[in-house]
Amino acid sequence: MSDWSWVVPLPVVVPLVGAGLAVVAGRRERWQRIVSLASLGFTMAAAAGLLAAAHLLDQPLVVSVGGWVPPQGIVLVADRITALMLLIASLTTLGVTLYAIGQGRDSHEHGDGESPLPVFHPALLILIAGVDTSFLSGDLFHIYVGFEMLLVASFVLLTLGGTPDRVRAGVNYVFVSLLSSMLFLTAIAMIYAACGTVNLAQLAVRLAQLPESHRVLLQVLLLVGFAVKAAIFPMSGWLPDSYPTAPAPVTAVFAGLLTKVGVYAIIRTQTLLFPGGGFVPDLLMWAALATMLVAIIGAIAQDDAKRLLSFTLVSHIGYMVYGVAVGNQMGLSSAIFYVAHHIVVQTALFLVIGLVEAHAGSTSLARLGGVAGTAPLVAILFFVPAMNLAGIPPLSGFLGKVGLLQAGVAAGSPLAYTLVAGSLVTSLLTLYAVSRVWSRAFWRSPGGDAVSDAESDTALQTRPSHVVPADPATAARIAADPAAADPLVAGPVTAARRTVPRGLLWPAVLLVVVSTALTLAAGPLYAVTDAAAREATARAPYISAVFPGGVP
Amino acid sequence: MSTNITLALVCGLLVGVGIYLLMARGIVRAFLGVLLMSNGINLLFLLASGNAGRPPLIRGADTGQDGMTDPLPQALVLTAIVITLALTGFVLALAYRAAEAEQTDAITDDTEDARVARAGEADAESEVDVLADPTSDDEPADGDVGAETGPGAGATR
Repeated sequence: MSDWSWVVPLPVVVPLVGAGLAVVAGRRERWQRIVSLASLGFTMAAAAGLLAAAHLLDQPLVVSVGGWVPPQGIVLVADRITALMLLIASLTTLGVTLYAIGQGRDSHEHGDGESPLPVFHPALLILIAGVDTSFLSGDLFHIYVGFEMLLVASFVLLTLGGTPDRVRAGVNYVFVSLLSSMLFLTAIAMIYAACGTVNLAQLAVRLAQLPESHRVLLQVLLLVGFAVKAAIFPMSGWLPDSYPTAPAPVTAVFAGLLTKVGVYAIIRTQTLLFPGGGFVPDLLMWAALATMLVAIIGAIAQDDAKRLLSFTLVSHIGYMVYGVAVGNQMGLSSAIFYVAHHIVVQTALFLVIGLVEAHAGSTSLARLGGVAGTAPLVAILFFVPAMNLAGIPPLSGFLGKVGLLQAGVAAGSPLAYTLVAGSLVTSLLTLYAVSRVWSRAFWRSPGGDAVSDAESDTALQTRPSHVVPADPATAARIAADPAAADPLVAGPVTAARRTVPRGLLWPAVLLVVVSTALTLAAGPLYAVTDAAAREATARAPYISAVFPGGVP
Repeated sequence: MSTNITLALVCGLLVGVGIYLLMARGIVRAFLGVLLMSNGINLLFLLASGNAGRPPLIRGADTGQDGMTDPLPQALVLTAIVITLALTGFVLALAYRAAEAEQTDAITDDTEDARVARAGEADAESEVDVLADPTSDDEPADGDVGAETGPGAGATR
């Protein structure tokens, strides 16, 4: 059984080594790509091995880093939740990397023409190493270090090229992230002061011995730090402002992974460190409800497709938090399933919006139109994950939501029922938001022949969608406002339709296929997440795997 | 274990001043706030390590009340300091870049945000119309086209 434990550090070590090699490869683009793909492929294989081992052996795999025994040294623990997260994370990152390669030089294109080191691939590899560290670590401070690794890499990726737009978005993101790190660090210091350890398994025992008031204080401090990262309602405003300005592959990987690291940390601390009821789970339920509703209403108000998707991203974080907070095994299992589903679907959607941008030169809903006619494949690629996100049966989004609803009904409290209602409303509003993208960007006719275009635009107070409208009243108004008639600023982007390069297309196809395949694999996947939830709520397997001889 | 009240006060002061500075618009000023906060939190770790004045290393001694000093918080603080240093380098480079691009290091408002907010204010009524009937794209138009928004952020992206 411990024969398998050598695999545990690989998801961290391999991308880090790969990042080093990718820097060395430097301007030899070909080599950099090979190194990047090879290390991600290897990471994915290791993660798949870990999942198989953790599931089949029915026991978490543990490695004491550097041979130091647990309370003294850091432990890496791979149980089912961790292994599943690792697998999904490396899978989506691989897809995004392929997409970035298909994009060619665009992925590290620089707005001002200067081109320093090609940092995209090394930064992405360090990001995934940081994400994997946070997933694997069995030590609170080590999780903090993992967070910082992924944050620094994400800072670099977000401000790639250093254009004013990205710098502005980057500054907001950097400060919000730093603040959440400070909160997390404060929580660690307090936890150490109270318990004298930062090892998760040891904390699980020692935190239970603390007075209730101290425990709640530590729990809330940790949760606030993680909630900023996971973009849970009062702390979610930063996300839609910062993600959409980055290049498409960067936005896609951020949307898929970064918030989910926060969700994972919440799952881990809620189940292992602070099990049981109290007022904190109720607080989380309210936060989940507010996250779902406020963000999805925000999505409806958006005109830019990337921002709209960022809002749906925040909104659906609420589902996962709800699953964790509802406090039964089914809720936890569905939450884990939903995380896996949502990582893939959200990444796929952002990549497809990237395809739309490559095709039509814009992501503004007021300026797009008729993409379904000019690029039918892109339209299909958008439609399937969009319906999946909204939770249309029989897709995996539906299955995840049904699990969550069942968990809410099983919990039976009035608050749980409120959440059930809230999540149904959110699901409907998500459908509305994505179908708005569909009907405006893909379906309506691109040219100046449809009067309804102008009217639906007017309804949302955006720019006119065509230069010479059939409706005389609109034409008169445009005549009164010459800027609106200028085809450069107000016209639809129909003239400059380009065929989407094949290199961009097939990674997106790959991710859409994977997201749809999760529907078919839902049975086995739910078997894994059920077992993972059982393992996590029992707590004993984790603790005894780290301390086989009893907790010191 | 008795807590060193001076350290606790200094820690609170640093974090408080840090939060105050963090609310500033200038990048450098706000980052100074982050630095002060992080130093305050480092002091918190020192507080957690127990009383001062214990020996750093004793063979075979425990890290209890009267034994050697607890090395772990110091290691944690050291790590935190290193991470903060790296971040300092990055944020200063970012501030330089922002100052280069916009002639100021003040954090500016998000243009797309402002545009969406403006659109919402100007046309709240037809927004509600659309919400009420999501299936129909044929809403009768009663707003004024392009008068408010014009060439928005979408065009400059």
